[in-house]
Amino acid sequence: MEQFSPVKRKDGQPVRYLVVDDSVFARKNLARIIETFGGKLIGEAGDGKTAITEYDRLKPDIVLMDITMPQMEGIEAAEKIVQQHPEARIVMVSSVGYQENIVAALQRGARHFVQKPVKPEVLYEVIKYVLGDDAAVASAAGAGD
Amino acid sequence: MKMELIQPFINAADAVLSQMLQSPTTMGNLTMEEEAYRRKGVAAQIWLTGDIEGRIVFDLDEETAIRVASKLAGATLPESDALIRETVCELANQIVGNAICTLNDLGFQFRIHPPVIHTSETGATSSEDTEALVLCFDTESGAVYMNLALRYGKKRSHFAAAASL
Repeated sequence: MEQFSPVKRKDGQPVRYLVVDDSVFARKNLARIIETFGGKLIGEAGDGKTAITEYDRLKPDIVLMDITMPQMEGIEAAEKIVQQHPEARIVMVSSVGYQENIVAALQRGARHFVQKPVKPEVLYEVIKYVLGDDAAVASAAGAGD
Repeated sequence: MKMELIQPFINAADAVLSQMLQSPTTMGNLTMEEEAYRRKGVAAQIWLTGDIEGRIVFDLDEETAIRVASKLAGATLPESDALIRETVCELANQIVGNAICTLNDLGFQFRIHPPVIHTSETGATSSEDTEALVLCFDTESGAVYMNLALRYGKKRSHFAAAASL
């Protein structure tokens, strides 16, 4: 898998991710992609309800959230997280990327939307955009460590 | 089953399988299934409700499922690994999700239900309004079967009937 110039937090630490998807395969796939960005997977959840408790516990820098999940869907979970934590940066990652869903997700607090199957180069650009000034792209040699 | 319902699934399967398996995909046989659905190997089923109703089954024989899951996992998986079933479910989810985006652009609205592993040997028999279409996609890892049994939801059926008068 392609390696990207590491995206780090302002303090030089790796960006911390919470991955929410009911598919173990999808979570593993995203974890592998995150690794190529120099990020750190700090937690996983398989449904929206668990995502909320895991967010409260871990306070990740980025949440990658699926939409179609059992118990509580991703858009509702995103809304609940943002109500409690307005600073939360949630990126929806879903195969159901039609206009209505994207608009609903953004209106309810998500910062961006990435269509599955995930293209790492697309997610990389989205992560940089969502982090904005709170992140820096280090050189591949490890600047910013 | 109308072609406007089928084509988005063909396009999505072609695109998702090619991208995920990083190899070209060709469409093989297309058959109508009149008998009850009979599972070939590892099968994931997704239900749709709304303007279009029905189910889509993705079915891979055991060896193909292992090859596909191993390729995507980047390591050889044992036959019993749960990740093999998970992978087939997620493939199904991504293909159906992408197809639905196209159908939504055409004005159809519906809900996609999470994929479930289809464990029984057979499924429901096709009926006149939910005839099943089986499409085979040949990949480098083996054949992937997509079994579609879809129909217009009640609201859409009403409009379609009115339009044909």
